[in-house]
Amino acid sequence: MLTGALRLWLIPGLPLAAVLVNLAVGHRLGRRGVGWLACGAVGLSFLAALRAVLILAARPAADRFLVETAYTWIRVGDFTANVSFLLDPLSAVMILVVTGVGFLIHVYSTGYMAHDPDVRRFFLYLNLFMFAMLTLVLADNFLLMFVGWEGVGLCSYLLIGFWYARPSAAEAGKKAFVVNRIGDFGFILGMLVLFTASGTLQFGRLFADAPHVLTGATVTAATLLLFLGATGKSAQLPLHTWLPDAMEGPTPVSALIHAATMVTAGVYLVARSHVLFQLAPVSLGVVAWVGALTALFAATIGLAQNDIKRVLAYSTISQLGYMFLACGVGVFGAGIFHLMTHAFFKALLFLGAGSVIHALSDEQDMRRMGGLAPRLPWTHFTMLVATLAIAGIPPFAGFFSKDEILAGAFGARPVLWALGLVGAALTAFYMFRLYFLTFRGRPRLTEHAEQHLHESPPSMIAPLFVLAVLSVIGGFVGPPFVKGGHPFARWLAPVFGGEAGAPAREPAPSAEAILMIVSVLVAAAGILAAWHFYLRDTAAAGRLRERLAGVHRVLFHKYWVDELYDAIAVTPIYRVALWCWRFWDTRIVDGAVNGIAVVVELASGALRLFQTGFVGNYALALALGVAAVILSAFFGVQAFVIVAGVMLLLALAAVLLHFLRALA
Amino acid sequence: MIPLAWLLTLSGLVFAIGVVGVLVRRNALVIFMSIELMLNAANLAFVAFARELHSLDGQVFVFFVMTVAAAEVAVGLAIIVNLFRLRETVFVDEINLLKG
Amino acid sequence: MIPALFVAFAAVLLVSSLFVILNRSPVTSALSLVLAFCALAGIYLLLRAEFIGLVQVVVYAGAIMVLFLFVIMYLNLGRDIESGITIVVRRGLGWLLGAVLVAEGAWLLARGWAPGPGGPSAAAPGAGNTQQVGALLYTRYLFPFEITSLLLLVAMVGVIVIARGRRGPAAPPVAPAPGVSAGSAPARTTGGTAAVTPEEKP
Repeated sequence: MLTGALRLWLIPGLPLAAVLVNLAVGHRLGRRGVGWLACGAVGLSFLAALRAVLILAARPAADRFLVETAYTWIRVGDFTANVSFLLDPLSAVMILVVTGVGFLIHVYSTGYMAHDPDVRRFFLYLNLFMFAMLTLVLADNFLLMFVGWEGVGLCSYLLIGFWYARPSAAEAGKKAFVVNRIGDFGFILGMLVLFTASGTLQFGRLFADAPHVLTGATVTAATLLLFLGATGKSAQLPLHTWLPDAMEGPTPVSALIHAATMVTAGVYLVARSHVLFQLAPVSLGVVAWVGALTALFAATIGLAQNDIKRVLAYSTISQLGYMFLACGVGVFGAGIFHLMTHAFFKALLFLGAGSVIHALSDEQDMRRMGGLAPRLPWTHFTMLVATLAIAGIPPFAGFFSKDEILAGAFGARPVLWALGLVGAALTAFYMFRLYFLTFRGRPRLTEHAEQHLHESPPSMIAPLFVLAVLSVIGGFVGPPFVKGGHPFARWLAPVFGGEAGAPAREPAPSAEAILMIVSVLVAAAGILAAWHFYLRDTAAAGRLRERLAGVHRVLFHKYWVDELYDAIAVTPIYRVALWCWRFWDTRIVDGAVNGIAVVVELASGALRLFQTGFVGNYALALALGVAAVILSAFFGVQAFVIVAGVMLLLALAAVLLHFLRALA
Repeated sequence: MIPLAWLLTLSGLVFAIGVVGVLVRRNALVIFMSIELMLNAANLAFVAFARELHSLDGQVFVFFVMTVAAAEVAVGLAIIVNLFRLRETVFVDEINLLKG
Repeated sequence: MIPALFVAFAAVLLVSSLFVILNRSPVTSALSLVLAFCALAGIYLLLRAEFIGLVQVVVYAGAIMVLFLFVIMYLNLGRDIESGITIVVRRGLGWLLGAVLVAEGAWLLARGWAPGPGGPSAAAPGAGNTQQVGALLYTRYLFPFEITSLLLLVAMVGVIVIARGRRGPAAPPVAPAPGVSAGSAPARTTGGTAAVTPEEKP
């Protein structure tokens, strides 16, 4: 089982096969058949990934670096970029997370989408997404990674706009794709800079050559451009605007793509290119600051939202900020650790929210929820676990990963630590606000929701349980205060070096302990505040909102970022496009095409004048031809030139004749 | 004897007169007569060369030309008569049924 | 003496040709053409092509021109009206083209060239022109001869069909020819057309 060929290609290949089968015979499989096909493919992919990782783990630590080439794609002179897959500890973590969480979400979807008529299309897109994402994380060169990158962007568009008949969904899909594209622009330019400077895009060669071949300016430029791509994909400032709108898609989509996997692609990119980023301290600084500011920014907005999925969306943006903060201060391993734990509890949060929405017959506004704890016991229990995890309460998973990030930030630059800490407080507050509004307090349900309230089916509850378990125990692979680094860090050490990356100033164990206590206290304070405002004295929230009406308005309108972008970018471009259509396309292009027809018409109208119908004119032309032929026998071709001139005169004479006859 | 050049000059002149007649006149019958002039000019050239080359083939050809000319005149006149019946005119510039 | 005769005949030919194309009355044109043909026949005789010369008179002047005159009289044509700006323009171009042709011809002659080799049939001494032409006609040119008679038949049929018009009784059938020979062909053609033309209604 663990011997034999690695067969990494199975991991992205199985979902791709499912896509093809679905395309071919999907309509004949029925709803359940399609579900089995999709889940089966991802499940098998997870098993294949597990096997591959076990094979990898069997090797000594320094040797955990396996490349498998599936297909020779590009080979031009000195440049090669193949469809090759790289398995090292980092990609091992990624594939396990992607396939594992992906499988759970696929199972959940069979329950959630059971009544949707378009189930087949849904699973088609979902499997396609899995294929693209796995290609992205397994790629061994930037070019193949970019293929996966674009693929997930496409699937994101397709899945956000899944219910395309709804205008808001279609708009959201478009917005996601366009904003992503801006980031992709940066990615492409970054790739070009790297290729121009070093001649290769393959990770192994590029990272080995980098210190010798790339100048400081070059690598700074390249990494900043790559980070622009990461910003777009991972919804950081300033390209974050698409993620909240992406909640138009079905909830499993939000869970898989916009919580656990696709948005983490940016973090993966930065982590994978850590060699380059470490050569460009300026870029690392940018990454850290963007991450920290985004974390805080998104958290503040999350305070004022009423749609349960929007709160989770802003929470995702915020947590991604933490991951980038980790990379920016040098603790890449901590960033990946948080990526993993976040995948668990964020997916759980989204799936749980989906369960609530499903139970309340598609109600998403938290102001019309409340008191659901006794009535949706399983959903409530798992959601509580997830909320505790995200708030950073020990011993849940989120505590360990977030704390490691904050420790690293403190070691690098205390200001960043402070920002992160405030963000953590706000996170605890608004997440428990969500919990209290949804599950506790007085019920505020609508009539319709009351009548149809029901707990979700087992297909939806089971994945929630699995994720809840993971949210509890997931942090135990990374406990603090372990000599030589905890297991997770040691696992990632071959990739990031040392203790999975080290911050500029490693804080002393005692300092770290103090930081941990501080963050727990802060989180507890946040929870207490939420309890006060949303459970004990619900009117207090209203009074506070009135007192801080201006602040609340800013937060509720998301700092008006969308409106700003609309004014400075979207509307001008739209106007230019409109002008291009009205002027260039309608007048010039159509005009040219129609103009050709008009010219032909005019020319034929002119030539028509030769056909006067009078035999005499024809005889004249004949005689002219005879004269020309005789001439040409002696003068050669010039005779015809002369004759052409004479014929022109003749034509004019014929026209003259015609008009004079008309007059006469 | 008569020099060849004189004969050919005469033939060319008569031919040119025939061409001018075709182009200048309006009356279909006169145009037809001009065509006959052209044919005869050609016949003259044939006979002249027959004498020059001491060969009777030229004269035989003239014989055939005359025969064909006769047939052609018959048919052409029939057409002109028919056209006159249709249009009440023999003037070619009043007949433009072929106008494009 | 022969050159002088030639010049005289040539002058008559040219002048009458000019009359043909310049005269307003079609009848005068036709008669001028007859004169031209006769002058041409004289030139043929001077060139010792007696058979051709006489056939010219008999066929061209005697039959074809008679046909022309028949039609002119039948259509009752008066003098032509040749006026109007369009006429002048066309006429100018026509004369121009004629001048161009004459110029080309003169230029051709001036360059001077040698005629090609003679044909295989040199004149047999002693025999008359008619005899020689006949001998050639019935030996080497027998096939074209027969085809020509077929051509005449076709022309005859065509003329009858065209001149018959849409309505009216069928034309009286033409008497079958005793034998196809060039000598009697013109007479038959004349007879056929003459039989058809007067009786037909438009």
